[in-house]
Amino acid sequence: MHELGIVFYIIRDVKKVAEENNVEHVSGVVMNIGEVSTIVPEYLQDCWRWAADREEMLRGCELKCNIIPAVTHCDDCGADYETVKYGKTCPHCKGPNTWLLRGNEVEIKEIEV
Amino acid sequence: MDGVKVIEIKKSIFADNNEDADKLRAELKEHGTYLLNLMSSPGSGKTTTLIRTLNLLKDKLNIAVMEADIDSDVDAIKIKDATGIESIQLHTGGMCHLDAEMTRQGLDNVQLQGKDLVILENVGNLVCPAEFDTGAVRNAMILSVPEGYDKPLKYPLMFSVCDLVIVNKIDVMPYFDFDLDKCTEYVHMRNPKAQIIPICAKTGEGVDKVAEWLLDEVKNWKNK
Ligand SMILES: Nc1nc2c(ncn2[C@@H]2O[C@H](COP(=O)(O)OP(=O)(O)O)[C@@H](O)[C@H]2O)c(=O)[nH]1
Ligand SMILES: [Mg+2]
Ligand SMILES: [Zn+2]
Repeated sequence: MHELGIVFYIIRDVKKVAEENNVEHVSGVVMNIGEVSTIVPEYLQDCWRWAADREEMLRGCELKCNIIPAVTHCDDCGADYETVKYGKTCPHCKGPNTWLLRGNEVEIKEIEV
Repeated sequence: MDGVKVIEIKKSIFADNNEDADKLRAELKEHGTYLLNLMSSPGSGKTTTLIRTLNLLKDKLNIAVMEADIDSDVDAIKIKDATGIESIQLHTGGMCHLDAEMTRQGLDNVQLQGKDLVILENVGNLVCPAEFDTGAVRNAMILSVPEGYDKPLKYPLMFSVCDLVIVNKIDVMPYFDFDLDKCTEYVHMRNPKAQIIPICAKTGEGVDKVAEWLLDEVKNWKNK
């Protein structure tokens, strides 16, 4: 259960920011979740509900997930393409020298208070 | 949305852990203690391989082991009984991985004075442990033959963070269509520098190579 662990890190970070800003209750947390980050947003939601409601500061707080589409860059021809559709091999030049440009994010974008 | 104020954060949830891990690495460097993080799926043979390797190294290095099984102390006792080496059990409270803070808490229970090497047997899982830097100098992983040779394609992150891939249970190779050449190719797609050592932890075949790799690693790191 990977997502529950992730939820604990989110809670820790959110509580820290809230305390720094003298916030008593957080009503929403917005996440950026990369398409190939291995996080399943539905599981994350379930774990979030369970764990957040156990925290005074986060009771009823809503978690929103922005999905960031994964994009891979090809060093051979310079093209960017959809990672999920084409994988590691560039669909334009068939080159193997490619790397993930974005889509791996698990970050807290902002909180609503 | 009346009365709602937005506070921008835009920070990866791994950021704090990465900082903690770097700090721990620097402290261990001062102590002269090399930390190895050993990962694999459950049952790939971490404990069996460790016992074999420790018996080859225990006269050459001062070693301790930290076991991070989900919820028992079987492995720590096994290691202690089979090698005589100091072995402590970490309790992850059901977490699917160890992070740098949990590793530090574990190390607080290890007598670090004079320790050359601490090996961490991470929680059996190919996803989460790869995402959390423990503060180790190096990551190693064990892929066992029955799991299949295409694992590097399915768990790219795990294979990109490991510098040593031990292929275990080669004794059962005849019963599985495990293609070692293909496996090597896939591992190198993720990390061109990764070393691959095939072993049979059950009989000890190839384990001397693992011990050699680790001994070289510790020595080179100490001289740096
Ligand atoms: N056939 C075979 N079995 C092995 C080998 N190494 C370990 N095993 C068995 O695999 C099982 C799991 O091993 P263990 O070391 O506990 O794995 P861990 O969960 O990764 O620590 C045990 O039953 C071992 O006896 C091997 O090289 N060959
Ligand atoms: Mg074990
Ligand atoms: Zn291309």
